[in-house]
Amino acid sequence: MSLPDTTVPAREVAVKVDGVGMVYPTGTEALRDIAVEFPRGALVSLLGPSGCGKTTLLKIIAGLIEPTRGQVIINGTTVHGPSPASAFVFQDFALMPWATVLRNVAFGLELRGVRKREREAIARKYIAEVGLAGAENRYPHEMSGGMRQRAGLARALAVDADVLLMDEPFSAIDEQMRRKLQEDLLSLLRVEKKTVIFVTHSIEEAVYLSDRIVILSPNPGEVSQVVDTSLAHEGDPETIRRDPRYVALVDEIWSGLKRYLD
Amino acid sequence: MARRFAPLLTLIAWALVWEVVAQSVEISVLPPLSSVLVGVTEVVQLKSFRLALLETGRAFGIGMALSVVVGVPLGVLMGVFRPADRLLNVWANVFISAPLTAVVPALMPLLGIGQTTVIATVFLFAVWVIVLDAREGVRKVNPSLIDMARTHHASRLAIFTKILVPGALPEVLTGIRLAVVRGVKGVIIGQIVIALVGFGALFDLYLQTFSMERFWALVIIIFVLAFLLVEGVGLIERRVAFYAKSR
Repeated sequence: MSLPDTTVPAREVAVKVDGVGMVYPTGTEALRDIAVEFPRGALVSLLGPSGCGKTTLLKIIAGLIEPTRGQVIINGTTVHGPSPASAFVFQDFALMPWATVLRNVAFGLELRGVRKREREAIARKYIAEVGLAGAENRYPHEMSGGMRQRAGLARALAVDADVLLMDEPFSAIDEQMRRKLQEDLLSLLRVEKKTVIFVTHSIEEAVYLSDRIVILSPNPGEVSQVVDTSLAHEGDPETIRRDPRYVALVDEIWSGLKRYLD
Repeated sequence: MARRFAPLLTLIAWALVWEVVAQSVEISVLPPLSSVLVGVTEVVQLKSFRLALLETGRAFGIGMALSVVVGVPLGVLMGVFRPADRLLNVWANVFISAPLTAVVPALMPLLGIGQTTVIATVFLFAVWVIVLDAREGVRKVNPSLIDMARTHHASRLAIFTKILVPGALPEVLTGIRLAVVRGVKGVIIGQIVIALVGFGALFDLYLQTFSMERFWALVIIIFVLAFLLVEGVGLIERRVAFYAKSR
């Protein structure tokens, strides 16, 4: 299905997914002819039921998986392998259990060869920014899921990439903490101007956070619908969640997705 | 309190059993514990004991170091690289369960009657359990840690040293602790089969001259040393155990 890009035409494209297809060596077709553009500074969700290939698509954008067809272009450059322009936030946090929060957050910089004093200064800044100040010397197993993902987010921010790739970042976190993290993410993004590609299977989360929602259908993964929404940046979270447009959008997406669940 | 001292109490109980049995039946191969303990104080002062200890320690140390240096990278390689695993896994499993004592006499014509053979014996006894445990540890490393390192442009070497090795460390240390147990067996068996070096020569001497107090004294000393070594590695192992569960 083609992309009806009408509401935000003026915005520059940060990431372009161009005709991407993915067939695994086993013959399973995970993605077919995906074409999506991600405007700079926007948060775009990839939403769909399990098996729609949304995480595979994110890993292709991250350069972790080479697609069998098509290409990904970030800031005008075709992706071959992980790009310095993007940083990844993992569903399971991907924190090294043997390292403190400080070392974990500084790890991306450590791998890039940044000197210890410098990278730790940068890491401390982002640890504070995600609300973990004081936890620098704690180990992941001493922290809640919410705190761990804050550390994962700080690590992604610390390498100063334009594009944040978030793979169901809040799905392993309990409900109340998830809402808090969603709100904190939105206020953080008002400070850090990032292009965010956000994979989720939660309709509410997608509608609440996104500027645009790309809905994928399964077997094989294809773009089924693109919905633009600008609810995210209007007013406080409670207002947004009670907004009739929010409720209507959740219902509309739900009725569209329901048929894939049988 | 009682629970902490329980092992000590059983030890004392068995020591008493030894003493009483040996006193009452008076068989020459099993002297009473009290005279064996006197033997311990004598043996540790002998120059021949100190030389043997030094020689044994050296053979054990070199053999263990070789086992770690070869075993850890090999096990990590098997854990991440399928073809290496297919090629080596069977052999590692064969050698870990094989009665390697039988091989030691075959090493002598190859490596000579001396330290080299003993070192090779320690290595053969110790390396396989390190290989298999390092392999196991690497397989438990969370794959998203490797993805994470890759998104930050980590080189293969950096992934190996900064993710795989520390990630496998709990299992690697378990492997080393078990390897110490096997290495102690290896060093003593090697020396006894050769019968000319280190504690092997001393055991041989005490048996030939029928000085059973000293023979049992040496046995006790070696038991205690081996126990302390294993406990030492166990202490380090427990320090990293906290993250074995949270990977």
